Amino acid sequence: MLELIAGSKLEKAINSGQFVVTGELGPPKGADLTAFRHHAEGMRNHVEACNITDNQTAIVRTSSIACGAVLVQMGIEPIIQMVVRDRNRICLQSDVLGAYALGIKNMLCLAGDHQMFGNEPGSKGVYDIDSMQLLKGLQTLRDEKKFMGGEELEGDISYFLGAVENPFADPFEYRVDRLEKKINAGASFIQTQCIFDLDRFEKWMEMVRERGLHKKVAILGGVTPMKSLGAARYMKNNVSGITIPDELVERLKGAEDKKAEGLKIAIETIERLKEIEGVAGVHIMAIAWEEVVPEIVERAGLYPRPKL
Amino acid sequence: MIIAERKPLEEIAAMAAPYKRVLVLGCNTCVAVCMAGGQKEAEETAALLRIHRKKENVGGEVEVFSIERQCEFEMIDDVLEKLKGYDLIVSLACGVGVQTMVEREPSLRVVPGLNTTSMGYPLEQGVWVERCLGCGDCVLHLTMGICPITRCAKSILNGPCGGSAEGKCELGKDVDCAWHLIHERLTSFGRIGDLAEIQPPKDWRSSHHGGARTTVREDVRIDRGE
Ligand code: SF4
Ligand code: SF4
Repeated sequence: MLELIAGSKLEKAINSGQFVVTGELGPPKGADLTAFRHHAEGMRNHVEACNITDNQTAIVRTSSIACGAVLVQMGIEPIIQMVVRDRNRICLQSDVLGAYALGIKNMLCLAGDHQMFGNEPGSKGVYDIDSMQLLKGLQTLRDEKKFMGGEELEGDISYFLGAVENPFADPFEYRVDRLEKKINAGASFIQTQCIFDLDRFEKWMEMVRERGLHKKVAILGGVTPMKSLGAARYMKNNVSGITIPDELVERLKGAEDKKAEGLKIAIETIERLKEIEGVAGVHIMAIAWEEVVPEIVERAGLYPRPKL
Repeated sequence: MIIAERKPLEEIAAMAAPYKRVLVLGCNTCVAVCMAGGQKEAEETAALLRIHRKKENVGGEVEVFSIERQCEFEMIDDVLEKLKGYDLIVSLACGVGVQTMVEREPSLRVVPGLNTTSMGYPLEQGVWVERCLGCGDCVLHLTMGICPITRCAKSILNGPCGGSAEGKCELGKDVDCAWHLIHERLTSFGRIGDLAEIQPPKDWRSSHHGGARTTVREDVRIDRGE
C-alpha cells in the first residue's frame, strides 16, 4: 500500500486496488436538505464517497461545502466539487481551508459550465484561474504549504485531489495530453464525463495505457442512467461534451419500459468498464434520479462494498 | 480597431428630449470604419432624431458635425468654440471619445450615442469580431497568435476545456473554440508539446483588475523643464 496523503476513505479504497464506486449528489435549489439527506442515506453503504456538485450547470444551489459538512455529520464521505467559474483564487483557497476545517478531505477541481447556461445568465463569470491552475495551486498549498501568491500557509493541511476529464470532447488527441497535464498538476484521481460511447472510451483508455498514465492516477469512469428518451435526447443535443451513440437512443426508443432499459444500459456499461485495464472504478451520476444508485451498484455486482 | 454600434434611436431620443440645441457629433476613425459613428451615420442619426422629435412635438434643433478623432484633445480643441454653443452633444464616438470631451471641457454635456463593444476587426461586410481585451500582458506568442483571454469563454490558459466539441465552444455551435484553433495551429507547426507546460495563473493587475491603466513612456515625454 502506498503512503496515504489525506487518509480519506476514497484514497484508501483506491490504494487498496479494489474497484471503487463513487456517487453524485446535487444540492437542492433551496435550503431544505431533506431529499439530499435521504439520497445520501441511500448511497451510504453502496459507495465509497459522494461527489457534491458545485452550482451544477451554473444554477444557484445550496453550497457544495455546506452540503459536504452535512455529509460529514452523517458519517458519509464527501468529494467537494470546486469550480473556477464563480470564485477567484482568494475565495477558492479560503473555501478549501474552510472545507478542510469542516472535515472534508476530497476536493475535485473543475472549470464548471459557463454561467450563460444557468439561472443567472447575466452574471459576471470569474475565471480568475483555470482548473489546471487550481489543481496545481491546491497541490502546492498542501505539499509546499504555500498559497498561490507565495505566502506561507499556517499549520498543516492534507486533502486528496481529483480532477475531471472528458474523453468525448475535442480535439480527441488532446484528451490524453490533458489527462497527463492534470496528473502533473496534482490530480490523484480522475472522474470522467458520462460514458455512453464505449468504443471511443476504450480508444482513449488504450492511449492512456500506452503512456502508462493509468498507473499514475485512478480513473473512475462516469456512468449516467438515462431515465427517459427525452433525457437522452436532451443530453445528446444540449449538454456540452456528451456523446450518445444513435444505437443507444434507438434502443431506448424501442423499449417498452424506458427506465428499466436506461438502468440496464448503465449496468452493462459498468460491466464493460470493469473489464477495461486501467479503469479503477466508476462514478455514478444519476442526475435527478439519485435513488436509483444503490440498485445499480447491486445489480452491477459491486455490492456489498469491500471492507477497508 | 474599436468596434461599436448605435444605441436604439428611442434611447437616444429620450436622452436628447429635454435639450433645445442638440449636436450629433460623429467621429471619423474606428467607428466610421465599423459604420456606426462616422459623418454618414451622424447625418442619418440626426435626420431620424429630427423626425422623432417632430412626431413627439419636441421643439428645438438637431445639427450634425463630425471630427477626425474625438479621443484626442488636439482634435477637440480645433472645434471647441463651436461645440460650446450646444445644450447637448450626442457623441457617436466610442466611450473614450465621450470622456475625452468632458475631460477637456467640463461645461459640455455629452451623452453616448453608441454602445462600445470591443476591439477587433471586420470579418466580412457587416460582421465585426472581438479579438483583444487589452489585458496588458499579451500571451499570443504562447498561443500561436490566437487570444485565449478574449476568445475562450473561460479565459483558460491551459488548453481546451471539457466542453469543446467538434471545434466549437460549449457556448454554442456558432462560436469557435479558441483552444481548438490553437491546438490545430500548434499541431501544424509541430509544437503541440508546448501545451504540456502548465501555465501559471495570470497576473490580472496588468488588466482592468488593477484599476484603470495609465501607460507612461518617459522616453517620449516632453520635458517640461521642472
Ligand atoms: S493576450 Fe491580452 S493583449 Fe494579447 S490579444 Fe489577448 S487580451 Fe489582447
Ligand atoms: S469550449 Fe473552448 S473556447 Fe469554449 S470555454 Fe472551453 S476551451 Fe474555451
